[in-house]
Amino acid sequence: MNEVFSALVDVTLNVNGEAVSARVPAERHLIDFLRLDLGLTGSHVGCEHGVCGACTLRVNGDIVRGCLMLVVQADGAEIWTIEGISDTDGMRDLQDAFVARNALQCGFCTPGMLFAADDLLAQGGVPGREEIREHLSGNYCRCTGYEAIVDAVETVARGRAQ
Amino acid sequence: MTIDFGNPDRPNSYIGRSVPRPNAPRLVEGRGRYVDDIVLPRMLHVAFVRSPHAHARIDGIDAGAALAAAGVRRVFTGEDLREVCTPWVAVLAHLKGLKSAPQHAIAVDRACWVGEAVAAVVADSRAAAEDGAALVDVDYTPLPAVTDMRSALAPDTPVIHPELGDNLAFRRLHEAGDVEGAMASAHKVIKARFKTGRHTGVCLEPRSILADYNRAERTLTVHHSTQAPHMMQTVFAQHLDLPEGKVRVICGDVGGSFGIKVHVYPDEVATAAISRVMGRPIKFIADRVESFSTDIHARDHEIDGTIAVDETGRILAIDIDDWTAIGPYSVYPRTSAIEGNQVVNLCGGPYDFQNYRAQTTVVFQNKTPTCQYRAVGHPIAAAVTEGLVDFAAEALGMDPVEIRRRNLIADDAYPFTAPTNMRFEGLSHHASLDRLLEIMDYEGLRRDQAEARERGVVRGIGIASFIELTNPSPFMYGIGGARISAQDGCTVRMDPDGSIVALSGVTEQGQGTESMLAQVVAEGVGVPIGQVKVITGDTQVTPYGGGTWASRGAGIGGEAALQAGLALRRSILEVAGAMLQAAPDTLDIRDAVVVDMASGGERLPLAEIGRIVYFRGDTLPRDLPRELVQTRHYITSEYPFAFTNGVQASYVEVDPDTGFIRLLKHWCVEDCGRVINPQLVDEQIRGGIVQGIGGALYEECIYDPDGQLVNASMAEYLVPMASEMPDMQIAHVETPTRESTLGAKGAGEAGTAGAPAAVMNAINDALRPLGARVTEMPFTPERILRALGTVAGD
Repeated sequence: MNEVFSALVDVTLNVNGEAVSARVPAERHLIDFLRLDLGLTGSHVGCEHGVCGACTLRVNGDIVRGCLMLVVQADGAEIWTIEGISDTDGMRDLQDAFVARNALQCGFCTPGMLFAADDLLAQGGVPGREEIREHLSGNYCRCTGYEAIVDAVETVARGRAQ
Repeated sequence: MTIDFGNPDRPNSYIGRSVPRPNAPRLVEGRGRYVDDIVLPRMLHVAFVRSPHAHARIDGIDAGAALAAAGVRRVFTGEDLREVCTPWVAVLAHLKGLKSAPQHAIAVDRACWVGEAVAAVVADSRAAAEDGAALVDVDYTPLPAVTDMRSALAPDTPVIHPELGDNLAFRRLHEAGDVEGAMASAHKVIKARFKTGRHTGVCLEPRSILADYNRAERTLTVHHSTQAPHMMQTVFAQHLDLPEGKVRVICGDVGGSFGIKVHVYPDEVATAAISRVMGRPIKFIADRVESFSTDIHARDHEIDGTIAVDETGRILAIDIDDWTAIGPYSVYPRTSAIEGNQVVNLCGGPYDFQNYRAQTTVVFQNKTPTCQYRAVGHPIAAAVTEGLVDFAAEALGMDPVEIRRRNLIADDAYPFTAPTNMRFEGLSHHASLDRLLEIMDYEGLRRDQAEARERGVVRGIGIASFIELTNPSPFMYGIGGARISAQDGCTVRMDPDGSIVALSGVTEQGQGTESMLAQVVAEGVGVPIGQVKVITGDTQVTPYGGGTWASRGAGIGGEAALQAGLALRRSILEVAGAMLQAAPDTLDIRDAVVVDMASGGERLPLAEIGRIVYFRGDTLPRDLPRELVQTRHYITSEYPFAFTNGVQASYVEVDPDTGFIRLLKHWCVEDCGRVINPQLVDEQIRGGIVQGIGGALYEECIYDPDGQLVNASMAEYLVPMASEMPDMQIAHVETPTRESTLGAKGAGEAGTAGAPAAVMNAINDALRPLGARVTEMPFTPERILRALGTVAGD
């Protein structure tokens, strides 16, 4: 192991509205920090190289891959995971729509998919189905075939526009 | 007791309704509990050293540097583990001639594919285990690798397992009628060679296991992402020399399975064996590279197909020569001969014809082992059959719909025995085709295609009929000697407050099993669905069952749940009758209230019965049975399998300049018998279609001639993304099976079974005016351009 990476670094960040201070190995990925050190297991690890999108979460307002970011890079950042979003009803309409439309099956991609969908919806307006599909293309789902997800996102977009 | 399924206004009418899944709300909140989310005290992690060679002798393993690394606790080789874990040979008695070699949890002496585990490093964290694995020095002598399917049996090809004599794992020839005679007298005989690409399931949650051996109790508890907890219980007990009763397999949330997680994986058995040795919890979560090189692959087939038709388009004969290469071992315990066997059993399936010959040749090679993946053999058989039917229609100048009309088994012909010897209780090919043409507006679509063509836009319509094997009996595995349960059970109980708990041997993988069970039990007992709690996936708690495979959950697990629910209703009414001084058969349960059957007048809430039975049993007649727990099991017996049918259509646009294919729309009409939850069934079909499309257009495990898997990452192995997929319209014809009260057959694999064939036929319909044809999946832009002659060579 590289000595720089094995060094311990102090970080302070805000996770789901709570201040967190920790001393972490410099090599610690954000997703591992959240899952292993904070017990926030709602974000999932699917590929560890930034392709599948299962670890998508929100850092300083942007959606990022938790597997491509080191926790030291998140020093001082504001992070929201699915747990915090759920506790604060941050995307309740979207979650309800996913349940109603059965836009999830195994649920492994779902937290990341919700963040990606919410990111699109936050841009305002009612995106077309093509636009929704395009925006969700960084998040793989092997169960649904995507149509139910697109339906759910479209429904929420219309609901929010009213 | 009968249920008036035709009356949607009947009391407690949950069967047939789209109700939300009870487990979905926690999954959207990130409150799922997958194996990797579980942390146990003193838990260690294992990472495997894997062979970089397709075939190599292991001359020595030096673990010294690894053992000296920080956090590494122990290293195991194949020799170490063979002391505590017996090898297995994956054969089944009813697949005559099938042979395989003993396979160890960790390779002993020899590695036979790139990715096979050759050592295990146990450490405090996964990261430390991986760092340690990189320090294990394995001395290999590379051996010649067998990587070409067609020359696997050639005399000069090395034999992978010399003790087996050759590289032939299995061969089966099935003949019915007079194929040669029919071919000789036919109006047209059309031949084609098809290939289906070797691909894999790419479950978003990788294979995951956490094994915890407790020395004090001599018990092994395994948290496992699996489709078949009871089968795994048996396997761990058998190979680790433990009584079955001392092994408990717990299967919580599973992040996708699709058949990938129904097999015995050497590294998972090794994990359990290491826990047995160390007496500590050991976790193994495959990473994505490991997933690609060690999850089972499937669909690696090459098929020469011939179809003979008369002047009217009637099919006279079909001849199939199927080849498949399965890797170095048949996969335990379901074996790797089933897929080829299914191709033999399923080709020509939708059609009424007499003369059929099919042979499958299953050979060993030095690649990742293949085994059963969603819709086992079906997409291959459907593609070959439907491809040949379309080529016959082309040769006759006949519309693809017309040739199907003339050959599909008549809807009033059942029961029907096909030339494959498969028996069909009741199918609806013609009614399904009628419905398909209606929802897709076939004539309108043909006009759109013609208009597009005038604009220079190349579009095609493809249709594919198919059959699907569901609700398997012991004829699938049990008769071959495998301890894989075809029956399933359900225990339903009423607790004091009137709430209902149902425990089932079928498992939840995201498809909605628990919702289906809750619906069936709610209707069976007569309570609101919110009052039913379903528990699955724990061998210590649920009745013994088979789990999830071959589309059996609803048809078999659902029927057991219905019968258990109805039995509990009778038990409750017996107690109610005594309390109310009324004959039980004059009473009913509706919305958790005992009512007068005739008037519907409310007599007694279930909670009051619960209070009396559990706390004031002294007030009931002494001899009155008060068993508010009922268990029922169900097994199919009249037919080995409940076949379903369906038909799909695809509308595609091909860009002849780039070879890119755009999926414009997809339709599926299928008949899974009684539909318990229309929304869940539709989403099973949609998800299945997209997995089928993946195989048709994108997914392929690509090997170089030395047996190296060259695209083992998600960036290089393409799976369908949201932007590429079409909207899909789904409709149903319902022909319930008469074998069960519920009448449900399976629906989980229909989408995957027919989609590749429909897409292939659509592409070829588009390419036909350009004089091109493709039959080798996946239909990549390169293969389209080669077919068009834009790119030279093959």
